[in-house]
Amino acid sequence: MIVYKRPEALSKVPMHYCPGCTHGIVHRLVAEVIDELNIEKDTVGVAPVGCAVFAYNYFECDFIEASHGRAPAVATGIKRTHPDKIVFTYQGDGDLAAIGTAETVHAAARGENITIIFINNTNYGMTGGQMAPTTMPGQVTTTSPYGRQKMIQGNPIHVCEMLSTLDGVAYAERVAVNSVKNVRAAKKAIKKAFQNQIDKKGLSIVEVLSTCPTNWGMSPTDALKFVDEKMIPFYPLGVYADRNAMGGDNNDK
Amino acid sequence: MAKVLIKGNEAVAEAAIRSGCRYYFGYPITPQTEIAEYMAKKMPTVGGLCLQAESEVAAINMVYGASASGVRVMTSSSSPGISLKSEGVSYIVGCDLPCVILNVQRGGPGLGGIQPSQSDYYQATKALGHGDMQLFVLAPSSVQEMAQLTADAFGIADKYRMPVLILADGALGQMMEPVDFDALKFTPEPEKPWAVNGHGGARKKNIITSLFLKPEELEANVLERDKKYKEVNENEVRYENYLCDDADIIIVSFGITARISKAAVNEARKAGIKAGLLRPITLSPFPSEILNKLADKASAFLSVELNMGQMVNDVKLATQCKKPVYFYGRTGGSLMSSDDVLDEIKKISGGLK
Repeated sequence: MIVYKRPEALSKVPMHYCPGCTHGIVHRLVAEVIDELNIEKDTVGVAPVGCAVFAYNYFECDFIEASHGRAPAVATGIKRTHPDKIVFTYQGDGDLAAIGTAETVHAAARGENITIIFINNTNYGMTGGQMAPTTMPGQVTTTSPYGRQKMIQGNPIHVCEMLSTLDGVAYAERVAVNSVKNVRAAKKAIKKAFQNQIDKKGLSIVEVLSTCPTNWGMSPTDALKFVDEKMIPFYPLGVYADRNAMGGDNNDK
Repeated sequence: MAKVLIKGNEAVAEAAIRSGCRYYFGYPITPQTEIAEYMAKKMPTVGGLCLQAESEVAAINMVYGASASGVRVMTSSSSPGISLKSEGVSYIVGCDLPCVILNVQRGGPGLGGIQPSQSDYYQATKALGHGDMQLFVLAPSSVQEMAQLTADAFGIADKYRMPVLILADGALGQMMEPVDFDALKFTPEPEKPWAVNGHGGARKKNIITSLFLKPEELEANVLERDKKYKEVNENEVRYENYLCDDADIIIVSFGITARISKAAVNEARKAGIKAGLLRPITLSPFPSEILNKLADKASAFLSVELNMGQMVNDVKLATQCKKPVYFYGRTGGSLMSSDDVLDEIKKISGGLK
């Protein structure tokens, strides 16, 4: 009996991610959810600019590559013309919370019925570890070499907290994938974020605290510890919004 | 149906809907806002959608997503907003997607003004986005043509899988003229098997991307697209030849200034000067071949534009310096009169004697 196999929605190709990076785990969780909800045939993914730029090679559903930060606008264009298809974006922190802030905030405010998987690893990974809008106070990156200082680089953004204030957001949860327990919770959140879309509840976002051992200059295991000891205290896990924002079919009624 | 008196902007919107476009994404900017207003009113009545985006950047990316998913879609803006769209336009080109974009030009640079201009000619025909790319650019000169070229634009965009830019100006957008919508010709929308709208278990997944990290792959991709541009250059050039065949002085002018120039040509003929007008209807592809042929017979060319001299350089390239090419223009939102153009014709005519 096979108890563990590759999800059907995950392509049989090697991924390019660095050793110890948790993108692979999140990809797998998304693919498992697509399988379990049996939506691969109806799903269109929107890839970001950043480390996950090649996400379109790793899933078996239709995919489009957006320009930096514009994935929620691209997803809007697809979803509004095909309301019965499932549309998700997969975006990093520079993409979603810096260059794409306007697209993110307004898709959320409108209540676009899409799912956003948001990877927060506190830096721009693909370009080599620069400061992101999520880089924490004091954190060293190549563009905050003396540590992020409030009076110089300014403050980071707490994305789930910010988006939860918008009426169009059905669901915002922050999860982590640095332990088996957290991975299981992350899977549950991702599944809910897709189910909400099927139920037409509004925009759902799952923020995943992710590791970047290469740019953090840590071993993969130290990176997992960093998530526990530094990131989770600053970016608390939990549900920030959970409601039927757009009045779609609500099975919870 | 009888002709209806309608603004240029509204004519574009109506023609788009009649062309089967059911999705419009835009952002308000003078002098083209009537399009969004018309779409907002009309689209819900035909089962379509008009969505006001948070920015021009978002609007063009919504167009990108909608086009990629296989529907006819358009956006419109005016000069400063078109600059904002240029990133998205480059991606749409890089992914070989069809869409229609309208630029109702106003004066620039910067915030400029809100009066008519043709100062985005370079941007439209040379570089509305980064990379080796070309747009299909149509230049209407009447409200009827605003409507017909909009209908044509959807067909061309689908046929060649490339964005079509309609380059109008504040005068054409704002003025009202009678339009016969029943006279419009449409091209049916083809199948789009390349679209990303769910594989349905019936085909392999589609990927739409403009990313090619291997130089040889990107080069092959650009070369393949270049074949399409050559085909467009060969088959799609459009122009109006008004009294050019026996003309000494040929005015080259597009859009609103072509109308002013035509009046000047008529006056010049009355005054005994053999003038003609070559009006490019496609700015890209540019009617180089006819201009080159005309340069064998004519004595001089005069490019009349609402800018500081942009298309004039394409006229020089086309005529290969066989004959002198003069320029006359106004900018900043000012229009010239036909008398102004006539004076230029007379000056050139005097110099030729």
